[in-house]
Amino acid sequence: MSPYETVIGLEVHAQLRTRTKMFCGCATAFGAAPNTQTCPVCQGNPGSLPVINRRAIEFGIRTALALGCRINLQNRFARKHYYYPDMPKNYQISQYEEPLAEHGTLELPGANGARGIGVQRLHLEEDVGKLVHEGELATARASQVDYNRAGVPLMEIVSKPDLRSPEEAGAYLRALRAIVVYLGVCDGNMEEGSLRCDANISLRIAGAEVLGTKVEIKNLNSFRHVEHALAYEVKRQAQALDAGERLVQETRLWDPDRGRTVAMRSKEFAHDYRYFPEPDLPPLDLEAATVEQIRAGLPELPAAKRARFVAAYGLTPYEAELLCQGRGLADYFEAAAREAGKPKVVANWVLNELLRELPGDDDAAVAACPITASRLAGLLTLIDDGTISGKIAKEVFEKMYRSGEDAATIVGREGLTQVADEGALAGVVDQVLAQHPKVVDDWRGGKKAALGFLVGQVMKSTQGKANPALVNRLLGEKLPKV
Amino acid sequence: MLAALTIEALGARFRDGSATPSAAAEAYLDRIAALDPKVRAFMTVTRDTALAQAAEADARFRAGAPRGPLDGIPIALKDVLCTRGITTACGSRILERFVPPYDATVYERLRAAGAVLLGKLNMDEFAMGSSTENSAFFTTRNPWDLGRVPGGSSGGSAAAVSADMAAATLGTDTGGSIRQPAAFCGNVGLKPTYGRVSRYGLVAFASSLDQVGPFTKTVADAAHVLRVIAGHDPQDSTSAEVPVSDYRGGLKGGVQGLRLGIPREYFIDGMDPEVERAVRAAVDVLRGLGAKTEEVSLPHTEYGLAAYYLIGPAEASSNLARYDGVRYGLRVPGARDIVEMESRTRAAGFGREVKRRIMLGTYALSAGYYDAYYGQALRVRTLVARDFRQAFERVDAIVAPTTPSVAFKVGEKEDPLQMYLNDVFTIPASLAGVPGVSLPGGFTLAGLPIGLQVIGKAYDEATVLRVAHAYEQATDWYTRKPVLP
Repeated sequence: MSPYETVIGLEVHAQLRTRTKMFCGCATAFGAAPNTQTCPVCQGNPGSLPVINRRAIEFGIRTALALGCRINLQNRFARKHYYYPDMPKNYQISQYEEPLAEHGTLELPGANGARGIGVQRLHLEEDVGKLVHEGELATARASQVDYNRAGVPLMEIVSKPDLRSPEEAGAYLRALRAIVVYLGVCDGNMEEGSLRCDANISLRIAGAEVLGTKVEIKNLNSFRHVEHALAYEVKRQAQALDAGERLVQETRLWDPDRGRTVAMRSKEFAHDYRYFPEPDLPPLDLEAATVEQIRAGLPELPAAKRARFVAAYGLTPYEAELLCQGRGLADYFEAAAREAGKPKVVANWVLNELLRELPGDDDAAVAACPITASRLAGLLTLIDDGTISGKIAKEVFEKMYRSGEDAATIVGREGLTQVADEGALAGVVDQVLAQHPKVVDDWRGGKKAALGFLVGQVMKSTQGKANPALVNRLLGEKLPKV
Repeated sequence: MLAALTIEALGARFRDGSATPSAAAEAYLDRIAALDPKVRAFMTVTRDTALAQAAEADARFRAGAPRGPLDGIPIALKDVLCTRGITTACGSRILERFVPPYDATVYERLRAAGAVLLGKLNMDEFAMGSSTENSAFFTTRNPWDLGRVPGGSSGGSAAAVSADMAAATLGTDTGGSIRQPAAFCGNVGLKPTYGRVSRYGLVAFASSLDQVGPFTKTVADAAHVLRVIAGHDPQDSTSAEVPVSDYRGGLKGGVQGLRLGIPREYFIDGMDPEVERAVRAAVDVLRGLGAKTEEVSLPHTEYGLAAYYLIGPAEASSNLARYDGVRYGLRVPGARDIVEMESRTRAAGFGREVKRRIMLGTYALSAGYYDAYYGQALRVRTLVARDFRQAFERVDAIVAPTTPSVAFKVGEKEDPLQMYLNDVFTIPASLAGVPGVSLPGGFTLAGLPIGLQVIGKAYDEATVLRVAHAYEQATDWYTRKPVLP
């Protein structure tokens, strides 16, 4: 048992899905040709001035309310200074002393009930551009800058140091991602960088009041990286403390290839960002009524939806969690369940068959799914009324996915209707019994598994179309008489 | 001579057909060609643009459909205002070859009103200075005495109007950069209320103080220009949505019954006695016109200078961070890495005064010093603003000297602190954000202009201009012209 307690806080940057940038009218679309989505403002041209994107403010408020934050009706932007060529003005317009919102909580479900993780603050700022090096950074002949990303709205959400393990940090990040995706304010794509995470971690003797020396870890661009890097750092720091070493406050970079963190710069040489209130923007005064209007328009959030799915549909918490990862998938499940009844069965189909086929569980993938919720319900109805067997249904499902046709069309055309004609099936059963006298003897001798073999043989001769319940009954009747 | 005319007189000639905008543009261009080699007000003369714009104005007058009082009027802009396709160097080597891809809002509005652009005007580098001696290119001369400075930082803008090389110009005022050169060159220079005129396209020195305003030959002309450039601009969030009035129409009221305050703190030891005498005489003139005058106190005036020299440099250190050689302007070649490229570029591109203020400002904003310097300066600023608010509870406008002394000789003030003291009477109104105008208030025995300053309530340019106009019309200072070779 380790004598140390792990203390983790996360700083999450979420790119907002606004049509235009934080302080100018340029488009935010990902992947355009370099520097085609720029203007004097986001290029930091002399004389240009920022204008606040109201939609970004709304997105920030929406998120802050979902996290139970207190909105600062008067908040303001500040300049954060450091020199880097991807930043057109060599300062970033951010928020410092007066952020948009503070003092929130994110509830994490856990074995011993939900645990509230504090959200210290939520503020808005502008993203920077991207450097493209000609060759490796260290030896590059030249570097070029693409400012398309410069000025894209970013929302920074800083947790309190309330997380106690790498797993809990991962759970917090997943829950936060689910919230921003639900709210429609961020697409949550960590690989494309629309969701980014830095972690602060320190260890202390369990029960101690004072926090240990903290280390900041950067370059965490997937959930796995976050958990692995933190787990590595827990081990590294524990070993150092065990050996009586003093840890230094520093920034470390996660190297996923080598599976370790590497010291980047020491905090003693940290930047002095020389924050001061942005003089080009007056303080942002929000109306309480506007905030209430945004609050009234909030959708059902993942935690509430999970609880409702468990209570209303009898799903397990695990199933509910998987289904509520994205709003699109949850809505899909609910629509299919409403139409087909049997929510447990629908949940199984969505989690097993549908997710096997879909390229992902995000809203875009669900929206593009060739099998609509209504068609899935139609397929399940065919099983229910005995038209097709569950086994055939899986084949039909695959065909529906590839062709985009509905279940009835495929079943009708391919003659997949299950054989429920007792007369026809009785003949097949007699035939199978005649072909396998040894198996029949085994059954008589008490080998119950023999029945399964015989059922399988009947199904095989009917290409799976026989109604399994009927086959069982017929065999049960005929076997003792053989 | 067309170039000697006011905007109003020139406009009248266009309307009655006795002159055309093209003829006026030619006359000004000829005068610039003849005189500017001595005065050196212009950084760039935009001859082709001027002639093309004038020809369009000609057509409008021929068609009987001119756009308004500024149609066809030849103007010029301080080189800190962005002009698409026309170099905007801000008096700095670092922007020597910078060609903006867009127009400043004020130029857009002037152009839309039919004004004709003659060129861009010299200034102290990044508007930091009081003499144009900090221009990286050359020093502009005072038309009244070529051995003296025209004031600054909008020295080119002031000199061009006084030398009849433009009917009107635009300058910018951060701590006095319009009013002080207007005083030194003997013309009308108006700093509007902070927020009255868009700053979009004004290359920032100190964002919370910078404001664009006109230099003209008369107060009435200033009213015409202000009317065109004032008003909210969606591209400048600090520009106010306060209605713009007919400033020219508002000049007629006179000062009968107006209450004018004379601030005790604006008559200090060490100021030029000729300036003090002239200002006191001007107060008598205004009283003779029916104004009620009384002494007022602006008790925090003496702290204004110190606060200004923290706030201004602090904002400048931030605003000037973008000049790093990466995107535009100067880039010193041969660096091995980005840090070396940026530091070499900035070392070569910025002049001494700019570097001094970047260092001052960087220090003032540093962790551990912020509160003692920048924070304290902001507190002083609110006290200075309160001084004005309290004074304006008793009076409608304040009348004071613009500067403690008249134009000094080129090279005379080598100590930056001596130079900073020039702004002691203009800085408080800048810190408070209130409007102020400088207009001719007399001449010294040696024949140098003396500036009279009128300061008003926020967004009350109308009263400021009304007082200035009444005084101007009661005296003949504004009719005097410098004798140029």
